[in-house]
Amino acid sequence: MRRRDFLYMTGVGLGASMVPNIPAFGKIISVEESLTPVDVALKKKMADVALNAAKSKGATYADVRIGRYLNQVVATRETRVENISNSESYGLGVRVIANGSWGFAATNNLDNSSIAKAAEAAVAIAKGNSKLMDQPVQLAAQKGYGDVSWKTPVEINAFEVPIADKVDLLLKVNSEAMKGGAKYISSNLFMINEQKYFASTEGSYIDQDIHRIWPTFTLTKTDAASGKFETRNALSAPMGMGFEYLKPKDEEKIKGGPVTMYKKRYDMLEDVREAAAHVDEKLKAKPIAPGKYDLVLDPSHLFLTIHESVGHPTELDRVLGYEANYAGTSFLTLDKWESKKFNFGSKEVNIIADKLEVGSLGAVGYDDEGVKCGQWDIIKDGILVNYQTIRDQAHILGLKESQGCCYADSWESIQFQRMPNVSLAPGNAALSAADMVKNVEKGIYMFGRNSYSIDQQRYNFQFSAQLAYEIKEGKIVGMLKDAAYQANTQEFWNSCVQRCDKNDYRLGGTFSDGKGQPGQVSAVSHGSATTRFNGVNVINTGRKLG
Amino acid sequence: MAILSKEEAQAILKKVIGYSKADFCEVGLNGSDGGNIRYARNAVSTAGQISTMSLGVSSTFGKKTGSATINEFDDASLQKVVKRAEELAMLAPENPEFMPLLGPQTFAESNTYNAKTAAMTPDTRAEMVGKSLSVSKAAGLDAAGFLENATRFNAIMNSKGLFAYNKGTNVSFSVTVRNKQGTGSGYVEQDFNDLDKMDTLALSKIAAGKANGSAGAKAIEPGKYTVILEPLAASDILSNMFRGFDARSADEGRSFMSKKGGGTRLGEQLFSENVNIYSDPMNTEIPSATWNGDGLPVKRTQWVEKGIVKNLSYSRYWAAQKNVEPIPFSRSVIIEGGTQSLEDLIKSTEKGILVTRFWYIRSVDPQTLLLTGLTRDGTFYIENGEIKFPIKNFRFNESPVIMLNNVEALGKPVRTGSGLIPPMKIRDFTFTSLSDAI
Repeated sequence: MRRRDFLYMTGVGLGASMVPNIPAFGKIISVEESLTPVDVALKKKMADVALNAAKSKGATYADVRIGRYLNQVVATRETRVENISNSESYGLGVRVIANGSWGFAATNNLDNSSIAKAAEAAVAIAKGNSKLMDQPVQLAAQKGYGDVSWKTPVEINAFEVPIADKVDLLLKVNSEAMKGGAKYISSNLFMINEQKYFASTEGSYIDQDIHRIWPTFTLTKTDAASGKFETRNALSAPMGMGFEYLKPKDEEKIKGGPVTMYKKRYDMLEDVREAAAHVDEKLKAKPIAPGKYDLVLDPSHLFLTIHESVGHPTELDRVLGYEANYAGTSFLTLDKWESKKFNFGSKEVNIIADKLEVGSLGAVGYDDEGVKCGQWDIIKDGILVNYQTIRDQAHILGLKESQGCCYADSWESIQFQRMPNVSLAPGNAALSAADMVKNVEKGIYMFGRNSYSIDQQRYNFQFSAQLAYEIKEGKIVGMLKDAAYQANTQEFWNSCVQRCDKNDYRLGGTFSDGKGQPGQVSAVSHGSATTRFNGVNVINTGRKLG
Repeated sequence: MAILSKEEAQAILKKVIGYSKADFCEVGLNGSDGGNIRYARNAVSTAGQISTMSLGVSSTFGKKTGSATINEFDDASLQKVVKRAEELAMLAPENPEFMPLLGPQTFAESNTYNAKTAAMTPDTRAEMVGKSLSVSKAAGLDAAGFLENATRFNAIMNSKGLFAYNKGTNVSFSVTVRNKQGTGSGYVEQDFNDLDKMDTLALSKIAAGKANGSAGAKAIEPGKYTVILEPLAASDILSNMFRGFDARSADEGRSFMSKKGGGTRLGEQLFSENVNIYSDPMNTEIPSATWNGDGLPVKRTQWVEKGIVKNLSYSRYWAAQKNVEPIPFSRSVIIEGGTQSLEDLIKSTEKGILVTRFWYIRSVDPQTLLLTGLTRDGTFYIENGEIKFPIKNFRFNESPVIMLNNVEALGKPVRTGSGLIPPMKIRDFTFTSLSDAI
């Protein structure tokens, strides 16, 4: 068999334990298996078995999720393929309310008897938990939608693309890096397909087919004489798209600045060539002089600041204390929202939650408790106006319906409140990033996510970037090293003075945002245009070891 | 079914090896069985139980290897997974880093298993959580916590006669106790192999005491301070450093252990003279498996002696490249300390800051191992040997390497997080800003 055929076939092979950074892989399956969806009529029959069993045991509400989670990873390093994995996790989880309390059980045995037993177990757990309950669950009303479906609008299903093509692309990336002088280069492609079926005793039967893709690399150069090394990661964004994301288009590029940036198409080869040159600059870069700077933050960097300082503190479960033992609580307490005048940021700050944004990681038609998804304001003209809720929280905000923020990372995980796509709206006036830089006297222009840390109530944070350029009197004068900004969330967003317009708007995102105990991951995007923040405290993080 | 005995595991592995037609075959088998309870706002929020088992086969022809995994254990499935691994091996490119399989090895019998922990039930967990909740409810405080236990086994066998088996148990508990006003917070975290060592009542009282004691925190200026790090806080920072004891990344110039001009810092005085770090899988306080994933025996290894780097870990491949013996790293990291208690360290401090734990630690610069993060759930000002008042949380920017150069005193080691870690008194620890978080 030819090498190309081998590469295709290896999709059935290598061990899940070798897969980097992606937890909870299921059993290894063939590529062919991954392309055969489960029959919807069969899923409906299984769902009804669970719902009827739950009701017969006394559940006043039940929902069932039948999930088939497909993951594919291609990992390479320099001239070799390190891992190719194609895996599946398939099963059913049933959640019920009985005696006013939640219960949950899951099974990967999908015969009628096992499904019914899982539903009965969920009811038994609910009844057991009800003895420790102070208040019964208040579930926001939700109409049943009947038989409906939703699919990520992909042009090319990444699972249909031969593994050989993916390997070829990554090895070309590595080759370009080494031609550019890199000694170490690893490149990876992660692809996820969630085939999810949801049904509830309220009459919804929702079938969804969700796709995500994340191409990335890490390029490293070392200098033995000085003992220094520097790296640069890919400036790609993980996306809720198909393989078309990796088909470059000139109209989806923003050129002219110090870094080429990408919208809904990514040119991995171009990015790695630029990365090789950037690392040379990083090795020679000037240390930052600490002080106050005006920051110009590219969306490839700003997305993570939005995620940490806006997305997480506006999660209602944190506000209420459900994450107190792990991820923490939130400074955005209910009294601040009730006041209707809490000044989260300047008037430039309009933060929108959007569960439908095309290309985003969090885009779905319905959440994991059968709520139709939509869009709403969280920060309006700088004022905190809303949070992120699920059905059993909606009444706390006086809402008649949930905002559809429920998600579980597996059929065997209990769904709970997770962040929707939370984005900073672009400005209305025409403004490019180049125009913005021209008006900055003393500033730093930052690209890409690097180190990030924020306290457990989301006040104090510190971020650094893949690339930091010094701006002097409206011009980019060179690269800086050891630059990190520290700020208080509210002060930072109040220092927001200018946003580029929608032509500069792009999505960033994270593939595996962690929350909960036992931990679960979710993928979410955050959009913005290039944005300016005035007078932010920047520190020098350089140190010397003995 | 999820937890197999040594003999049961051996029987399955022998059967799988028997199906192999490859030049070499290596099979791994593992399973776990456990449960958990999560609670918040003084009430149980979720509870769960899970059992899993899986088998992985790696087949090699020459230097060409293919691998496959499965979680079904009937004969047909076992034959299928072996066949699939062999098909892949026949098609695979040669792996330039392939290492021949190890032959039979001798392993010490580990002491990672405890029958009482393995026998934990949902009722045991509920009772333990009930004790924790009784503390917060009686004190008018709010508790949020997580209790989890598991029994796990791992086994490997290869066609050159290697066989290794390990069975272990673990129970872990953490709780955050906050006052109703949201102005004070305390935390404890503990894990053991042996259930009898876990006292959720006593631990919750410590967290409750910190919640009350940390209310009304004052702001003091960021800067360099003498700190007393409780073992959990020290462990939070040092776990990032232990991963750097890898010879390959040091040789390749990509680690804080890389030497200027090439090579590694093996043999150099990298830390204070009072720093001694070793690992020992047989330590009774923090036992771990006596073999690693390659089937190499894991033995007591001195990593740092009187501040000098004595060993780096070498994979079998990298050891062969460097013509040295492979050295596996071990989870059971132990930093030697003294006999002083945490209270003794406080008493001996003229001015300083007591840190309960750190939070959201991230690498800022891998070259210097600079880390950033924040204090959390109980930070206190010490003056003339006494805790004077609670202080607001700080962000730090510090390297564990620099920190271990500034050690003034070490207390009695305690099992926590990444190992057996003493409370530490450290001078010139760098706090860079204040946080309002509680």
